[in-house]
Amino acid sequence: MVAPAVLGALAFVVAPLVAVVWYSLHEWNVLANTFTFAGADNYERMLADPGLRDSLLASLWFSVGLVVLNITLALLLAVLLNQRLPGTTTFRTFFFSPVVVSLVAWTIVWSFLLQADGGINGFLSLLGVEGPNWLRGETTAMLSVIVVQVFKNVGLNMILFLAALQGVPEEIQEAARIDGAGAWRRFRSITLPLISPTVLLVSILTIVGSLEVFAQIAVLTGGGPGSSTTVLVYYLYQQAFRFNDFGYASAISVLLFVIVLVLTLVQWQTRKRWVFHEV
Amino acid sequence: MTPLTRRTPARRRLVGVPLAAGGAALALVLTACSGGGDDVSGEPSTPSEPVELRMTVWTADETQLAQFQEIADAYVAENPDLVSGVTFETIPFEDYTTSLTTQLAGGNAPDLAWILESYAPEFVASGALVDVAPKLRETEGYEYDDLLDSSLALWEKDGGLYAYPFSNSPFALFVNTDQVAAAGQPNPADLVASGEWTYDQARDIAQAAAATSGKQGLVVRDFDYKIWENLSTVWDGWGAAPWSEDGTQCTFTDPEMVDALTWIHDATFVDKALPGPGTTADFFAGDSAMTITQISRASALDDSFAWDVVPLPAGPAGQQNVIGQAGIGVFAAGEHPDVAADFLAWFTNPENAETLAAYFPPPRESLLNAETLGAANPRLSEEQLQAVVVEGIQGAVTKPSHQSFAKLQDTVRAELDALWTADADVEGVLADTCAAIQPLLGD
Repeated sequence: MVAPAVLGALAFVVAPLVAVVWYSLHEWNVLANTFTFAGADNYERMLADPGLRDSLLASLWFSVGLVVLNITLALLLAVLLNQRLPGTTTFRTFFFSPVVVSLVAWTIVWSFLLQADGGINGFLSLLGVEGPNWLRGETTAMLSVIVVQVFKNVGLNMILFLAALQGVPEEIQEAARIDGAGAWRRFRSITLPLISPTVLLVSILTIVGSLEVFAQIAVLTGGGPGSSTTVLVYYLYQQAFRFNDFGYASAISVLLFVIVLVLTLVQWQTRKRWVFHEV
Repeated sequence: MTPLTRRTPARRRLVGVPLAAGGAALALVLTACSGGGDDVSGEPSTPSEPVELRMTVWTADETQLAQFQEIADAYVAENPDLVSGVTFETIPFEDYTTSLTTQLAGGNAPDLAWILESYAPEFVASGALVDVAPKLRETEGYEYDDLLDSSLALWEKDGGLYAYPFSNSPFALFVNTDQVAAAGQPNPADLVASGEWTYDQARDIAQAAAATSGKQGLVVRDFDYKIWENLSTVWDGWGAAPWSEDGTQCTFTDPEMVDALTWIHDATFVDKALPGPGTTADFFAGDSAMTITQISRASALDDSFAWDVVPLPAGPAGQQNVIGQAGIGVFAAGEHPDVAADFLAWFTNPENAETLAAYFPPPRESLLNAETLGAANPRLSEEQLQAVVVEGIQGAVTKPSHQSFAKLQDTVRAELDALWTADADVEGVLADTCAAIQPLLGD
């Protein structure tokens, strides 16, 4: 019964992975239809490519911003919506709904809101604040892309945290409360350790997801202003689909694969230090 | 061929890129086996069953698409053994070339495609297109010698013609005369008549109109702070160019370009005559007083406001007409290049070129007169057509193009981003731009 799954994995995961490594050793121009062996040329080129260095930095900023904001906000929302208060179901639905909205549609709506004379600045001007031209400043553009992505996906992480929170046994909380532990102490010493496997899962998913960001960049900033939001995947896309340089783009995707692999392994290896128990 | 490679890259997961590449390779191998030769002259061999042709275009205009379909349907009716149908696939203008090369990468080459002039040298040199000159020459009644050499030049290599420049559309300035009159400004057509039609005048009118209407003044259409090559319609009035004619030297730092971009910068940030970055304004929806765009966009006009169309204003170096060209190429990697070339010969024969002239001024000398164009295009008066189209094509320069255009486009776009702030140092930004693109030009 595993045969179809194995076949699927071979055809759609292993084979492309091998192929992309093979392509990365070639000079491949799609338009000119040339495919010649180039050895390690593409990898040597990566070392000396300032554009690649800039895109790695942009990816770093994006990932750090996204992971910190997303996980903090998701956890906060989950804790708030885990209370027995009226209306929590409505709010859960409200925060989760962006997850099921089409990513491109979501981003296009935000691109209108973030325009110089768009909805956000319109709202700010009601408060007497003159908003910046969000997508045209290097810092504000990166911030905008991060926030748009956080709002899109925070609901998913929130639900994962919520499920974990509901698995925290009430009697342990009760016992701690009787022992005189305050709300923060209970959260830090009981809740957080008990949901730590979920925190691990969520951080792996979020970091991997943050390195794959593409549509938001393509729709909102096109990698600009300058190259401030040209993250690694967008840079890869430019090399392959704008400049027709598939060999070099394959080499970059090998690099991306290695980065994701290393980050995931590091988190997996260090989990023993901070994951309280494994389920 | 593989649906995976045709999917939008929006939510591509980690494996998506290698996957697409894998699919592309497979498709490439498959198409290599069935690949068409470079010779498409002679009668196309009748396929075992009629084939379906596909042409990618960037227009989404229903009137234009209906016109294409009508011409194509007549071809199908004439050649039922050869083709069963022709479809016109619209790809949005902003992503056109990228989407097209993605289709090629995926082994899903269209049979025919519109090609933008900026990318012409790259496509012509690549070997991806077949030489259509022999086919067009030998087609009865085609009148190949009627084609203007100046229009064909960009698309030729070693005596071959690698795309037919079906559209030689002059850039012109459309005016919302309601908004201009409301601001108490002179009518641009009168200024043209009195020889006072300059960019400074256009800026002043745009500034006043924008201040009165609360909308925008002058929009260089499709520029949007990304497609900077559209600004060439303005800077050609200064005699400026992004690089030398042979494409080897950056000329962004030449005094003409510095002056032109300083003018554009100040008109935007000081006079507010042009919309700033992050503002969208569609002239055809009544959002702006004036717009610089191609005459083929006239189809988007309705009668919701009074309008006029006038030639581009004069800059310090005089008045310079600018055209944008679009070619139709036949892909060697398409399944039936010989049938596609045969269809091209039909699509652009003198008769159909006259029909298409409504929106796409043809490269045919015999058709480039106000009378023919006027019959095809009732929206424009004969005077407008004479002034803007017939005279607009004469002595016109084409928008910038280069063999490494995609890389140059992205690099210049990133560098010029620094120019689009109120306190930008124009000369400094242009020096940086040249430093960034000179290595690419030297390639």
